[in-house]
This record gives sequence, C-alpha cells and structure tokens, in this order.
Amino acid sequence: MKQIVIAVLVLVWAPLALASGGSATESVDLDLHNKASLQRGAGVFVNYCLSCHSAKFVRYQRIAQDLGLTEEQVVSNLIFSDAKIGDTMTVAAPSEQMETWFGVTPPDLSLAARARGADWIYSYLKGFYADPSRPFGVNNTQLQNAAMPHVLWRLQGVQELVDGHLELSEPGLLSEHEYDELARDLTAFLVYISEPAALVRFSLGVKVVAFLLLLLLVTYLLKREYWKDVH
Amino acid sequence: MSKQSTGLLGWIDQRFPLSKIWNEHLAEYYAPKNFNFWYYFGSLALLVLVIQVITGIFLTMHYKPDANLAFGAVEYIMRDVPGGWIIRYMHSTGASMFFVAVYLHMFRGLLYGSYKAPRELLWIVGMLIYLVLMGEAFMGYLLPWGQMSYWGAKVIINLFGAVPFVGEELALWIRGDFVVGDATLNRFFSLHVIAMPLVLIGLVVVHLLALHETGSNNPDGIEIKKLKDENGIPLDGIPFHPYYTVKDIFGSVAFLVVFAAIMFFAPEMNGYFLEPPNFVAANPMLTPEHIAPVWYFTPFYAILRAIPPVAGSAFPGVLAMGASIAIFFVLPWLDRSPVKSIRYRGGLSRLALTLFVISFVGLGWLGMQPPSDLYTLWSRLLSVVYFGFFLLMPIYTRVDKCKPVPERVTWK
Repeated sequence: MKQIVIAVLVLVWAPLALASGGSATESVDLDLHNKASLQRGAGVFVNYCLSCHSAKFVRYQRIAQDLGLTEEQVVSNLIFSDAKIGDTMTVAAPSEQMETWFGVTPPDLSLAARARGADWIYSYLKGFYADPSRPFGVNNTQLQNAAMPHVLWRLQGVQELVDGHLELSEPGLLSEHEYDELARDLTAFLVYISEPAALVRFSLGVKVVAFLLLLLLVTYLLKREYWKDVH
Repeated sequence: MSKQSTGLLGWIDQRFPLSKIWNEHLAEYYAPKNFNFWYYFGSLALLVLVIQVITGIFLTMHYKPDANLAFGAVEYIMRDVPGGWIIRYMHSTGASMFFVAVYLHMFRGLLYGSYKAPRELLWIVGMLIYLVLMGEAFMGYLLPWGQMSYWGAKVIINLFGAVPFVGEELALWIRGDFVVGDATLNRFFSLHVIAMPLVLIGLVVVHLLALHETGSNNPDGIEIKKLKDENGIPLDGIPFHPYYTVKDIFGSVAFLVVFAAIMFFAPEMNGYFLEPPNFVAANPMLTPEHIAPVWYFTPFYAILRAIPPVAGSAFPGVLAMGASIAIFFVLPWLDRSPVKSIRYRGGLSRLALTLFVISFVGLGWLGMQPPSDLYTLWSRLLSVVYFGFFLLMPIYTRVDKCKPVPERVTWK
C-alpha cells in the first residue's frame, strides 16, 4: 500500500515541475489498490466525463478485470452507449460538433494523468470558480480560461475567487469533504487508466528485484571462489 | 598451444575455427588482473545492446510506423499486448542506461589514458560507436510520436538547416517532407531498426577485435605485455575466461538490480527517462512550452544554445556542438603526457579532468532548463571549461609533474 502511494507521488512529482503555473497545486494522496475508490471513480467518469471526453485506449473489459467487477456489472453500470465489453471508451458526439460547442475538441483522457500529474488533475477538479466573463460562467485556477463547463457544479456548488483563494458561495448536493472524496476517486481512476500496468508493476518489481539480489549473492560467491586462485 | 580436439569439436574445428576463436578471445586472452569498478562498463554496454536488440524485435512486432497510428500503437503495447509494458519499459529504460554505461566507460578511458598509443584506433572506433548510438537514440525517440518526439526531432533537424548554402536542402532531404511528418517517421523507423543497429553491431565487433589486438589497458596504465613468463604469458595477466567472465556476470547482475528497480518502480525516472509531454500525441499545431532533449543529449544542447547567432545564423552554435563531440576523436594526439593513468599524473591533469566532469554535468543540467540570461552566461563559462580541457591539454599534460610508474600492476 505504502509503496503505491510513494510511487504515485514520485510519478507525479516530475510532471508538476513542468506543469503550467497558476495557483498553487494541491497534492493528493492516492491508493491505487483501493478498488472501491477506483470503482466510484469509474462511475463518476462514465456519468460526467465520458459524454465529451473519450478514453480511447481504455477497454471496458480491462476495467472489469482490474477493478474486480464482472462483465455484466460493467455492461449494466458503466456502459450507456451501444459499446460492447471489448470496446474502448469512445465518445458518441462527433468532434467537429463539440468543437462548435466548446471552441476546442475535449481532449482524450487516457493519458491525462501521465501528462499532467495526479495533483494537477485533483486541483483542476476542485479549481472551478464563477466567472461571468467566460462562455459557461466558470473559470479554473489550474487552467486559466479553460473551455470546459463545470459539469460537477450541482455536486460541489458554486465557488468564488476571493483574493486569490476559493470560497464556496453556494453549497452543492455534497459537503466539501464528500466532494473532495469524489475528486480523489476520479483522480485515482484517471491515474489508473493512464497506466493500468501500475497496478501490478510494483508487486512484480519486488519479486524481480528480490530474485536478482539472490542471484547477485550467488554470482558474488562464484566470483570469489574463482578469484581465490589469483595471486 | 592447446592439443588437437577430437569428437564433435574436432570435426567442427577442422571446418571452422571454433576452438581458435574461443581461445584467442576468451580462454587465452590475457587481461590485467587489476581491473577495478570502472572496468565493468564495457561489458555492461554490451549487455544493454543485447537487451535493446531483443526488446526492439518484440516492440517491432506490434509497433506501427505511421503518423496516424504510432502513438496508439505504443499505448496498445502498454495496455493490450500481454507483457508489452515490460518490454516497452525495458527498451525505454535501456536507452538511458545505455548512455549511463557508455558515459562511464568513456570516463574510464579518460581516467586511465586508455586512448593513448597503441590504442588510438580502439578509441576512434569507440567514438564512432558513440556517434551511431546518438543517431540511434535520436531516431528511436521519434517513434512514440509524442509531443517531445515530434518537437525535439523538429528542432534538431532544423539545425541542419543552419548549414550555409545547402542547409535547407539538407534538412528537407532528412525529413523527406517540408515538415516532420509521416515520411520522417517511416525513414527514422527504418534507420532505427535496421541500418543503425547493423552498423552498431559491426562497430562493436571491430572495437573488440582492436581491443584484443592491443590488449586491455588497466588502472595503472602499464603494458602487461612487457613482462612475460617463459611461456609468453604476461606476468600480470589472467585468462579472461573464467576470471573476468565470472566477474562480469556478477557486475551484470548488480547492474540488472538497478535496471529492474528503475523499470518497475520509476520507469519515468521523474521525467528524465520518459518526459511527461511525450504522453500527449504529436500535434504540429501546438508547440510545447519548453522543448528539451532527453538528458543524455543535454550537455551538447547547452553548448549549442551558449553560442550567440552570428549575422542571424545559428550555424556557429551548430559548429560548436559538432566540435564538442568531434574533438574527442583527436584526444589521443592532444595528450602529451608520458604516463597513461591518472594515478601517476600530476595535479594539473587531475584538476583538468575534475573541471571537465563539472563542466559536462553542469552543461547537462543547463541543457534541460528553459533559457535565461543567467543560464546562458553559465553555459558559456562551462563551454569554455569544456573546450579548455581539450585545447589546453597539449600544454598542461607536458608541463605536469608525473610520478614514477611501477614495473608491475598494483594489486590488493
């Protein structure tokens, strides 16, 4: 568990250094082995994100395997289109149409967490604030003049930017803590889909390194045995 | 000489020099017995070459060299190909670890004067290997077709455009198009998987043949062939096999521990081995905020940026960058010291080598940073130190006070 958290922090540190400025990014503690959290994140993703953002490299079947769900559960809970279980997460609306709606094509999110970092995504989800000058009435502290509307506003409520920090002016359906948890689940899911191998990478790595260390001892003894003759 | 072999081996030996090759290059190749830590990296570089070739073969089975498919093909390998992520991380980690091994191998040469007579050709062949390796790495980096792949290639190819008169034609010829595109990706793929590896392996064979002709240098910089016993075997030499085979196997496993730890626990290496912007597909319409080459090219990139353009042309910078690599080729003739190893050289040589290492690492760091006035100033200063190491070498190696070199190698 701890290794996962440490590794995620390591993974996230680098993109941070490169991420664009703006307000301070809030760091997030993720546990990719918490399947319940990933499942909740998947639920939020298909309900709120997938109508515009694709995750075109991610297969539903793989999600079923990795998140401990049956294929029936995935079909009935996570697939709202006519997609099959072996399909990837694509968007029904044509990108030209979305470009006329938003001014840009919503980016594919398969690798968003690897390109931006988990902290950036978590802070972005929490960074929307009311800004009447923007087409959808919201702006974001992480990405100035983001084209995206705040699709989670009913849940979070409305935030105002006061002297550089965010304040909740109108409460949503969720408490602040509940919304933080939701943002964390969604971030964990995005981190997972950006590198599904991360779920097994660490445990396999521990075995490989342990084997190599054992082999190192054997080869050291072999070397010492031979080199006894060298004077 | 060994006795005539019989049986199957005898049958083969009459038709192919199997025992002869085995003896000449392993069992009866006498290497100095005082090799230290620095002498692992030659065999380790060979190990990484093998890893890269084998993982490369498997990646090629699933990769698509097509501007529309390449980025997705890499993700397909990472997600849908069983074990694909292991192969891909081995290859991406191997690329950086190749340069780690090669840089330490080259530094060993600088430390112990391994480039000095009679090993000048050995050194030159090694430098050719390094040049080809740079080309191999540069072309391989385009293949994932991410933002850094694309814009990095664009910046570097544009440098050829700075060559007077023929520059634009040359850049066009390299790209195969007016912009980096599908044609560029296809030819880089071809060169990366066929041409460069073929040349690389050929040069490695030549490098080893040259090494076995002159014999290995050692940390004392003594020619062990000068003192031989009654059988003509160097007094300070031991057969490469089994002594150095078992030692190098140990070294290889130690190296693989580090290799595996990176691969499994930090394949991105904080963005040094896999850059975050490269997880975004190449987009010719969107320039990344900051374009930096991968770490192993950054010292030369810093030198390129340190030189101010002359009359609007970036050519002087390109020349300086080329010179910073080319100057290594003439190193055997710049060094006028009567001794090889740093152990018996005086303070001036030690100081020069220390400053050179500082300038190389410093330039490497500066090459990753976004340009700023202060960094440019530092890059210029360190570039002067870098070239000073080579250009002043004929002077400081001659006036330097050397210590007497012992007859036999120091050992234990």
